[in-house]
Amino acid sequence: MSKPVTALGGASDATGIATVTEMGPMGMITLRGDLSVKAVTKAAVAAGGVTMPDQRMCNTEGAGGIAWMSPDELLIMCDYEHVHAKLADLQGKLAKEHALAVNVSDARAVFRVSGPHTREVIAKLAPVDMHPGSFTPGMFRRTRFAQVAAAFWMVDDQTAQIICFRSVAQYLFNTLNMAAQDGSLVGHFSKA
Amino acid sequence: MLSIHCPNCGITAEETEFHAHGEAHLTRYGPGSTDDQFESYLFMRRNPKGVHFERWRHQNGCGKWFHVARCTMTLEVFGSYSAQTYAPPQEILDHIKDRRPGWNEGTT
Ligand SMILES: [Zn+2]
Repeated sequence: MSKPVTALGGASDATGIATVTEMGPMGMITLRGDLSVKAVTKAAVAAGGVTMPDQRMCNTEGAGGIAWMSPDELLIMCDYEHVHAKLADLQGKLAKEHALAVNVSDARAVFRVSGPHTREVIAKLAPVDMHPGSFTPGMFRRTRFAQVAAAFWMVDDQTAQIICFRSVAQYLFNTLNMAAQDGSLVGHFSKA
Repeated sequence: MLSIHCPNCGITAEETEFHAHGEAHLTRYGPGSTDDQFESYLFMRRNPKGVHFERWRHQNGCGKWFHVARCTMTLEVFGSYSAQTYAPPQEILDHIKDRRPGWNEGTT
């Protein structure tokens, strides 16, 4: 197998009010189907290695995880090396279901924003209430970051993980760094 | 700026996370219809100053379609409802009549 290459080769910038780092490669499988069908969620749970998340939530453990994407879509996360085996297993289990599973690992880019001002960096770019009491770790949100679609969750209170299309990786990296540039701190979430 | 609620995923966000797609509940005239019917389906829209029913999509979110009832003059949003319907549900109509006592469905 050829060596996996991420969009930005693991670029990182820690010069601003938060650290922006490209992650990965990360194994990602999009699963579409009727989430009220037991066989579908059972197969997803087996592949993700975590319990089924509630609406707009995301469960992760190590490299594994499941994120709720829409009423008929899940994102299953795993080690990049295991994605082919996981996908084959998933497709086998869902052979008789009206469901679709696709490996999207190389079609996405993954970033982490970390530091005490992570919430502020995200609040500058996405129409999401980032108050610590409103958007808590475990919640999953599909939204936009400036001009591009992306999804993210809080790994912990000071770390956000963001997934976007690979084709806009450079844009998102630059935009996150602009929102985090030195001297741009508003202190919105540290005031109250 | 509008604050829109998506009934598919339950998110309420400002309008830039969504996209408006024009007047709702159009009758789709196709083969067998008259030229006038087809023309009205393609080109003629109500464009009212007041209560308006619209199709919206959660473009940067869950990706699903839904309906929104809002006022084009004050930008008040009366509510969202499922895309899988041919007409606004009664609770939305009741709420609009509550907010716009003189409003008559079908005249706008
Ligand atoms: Zn939605």
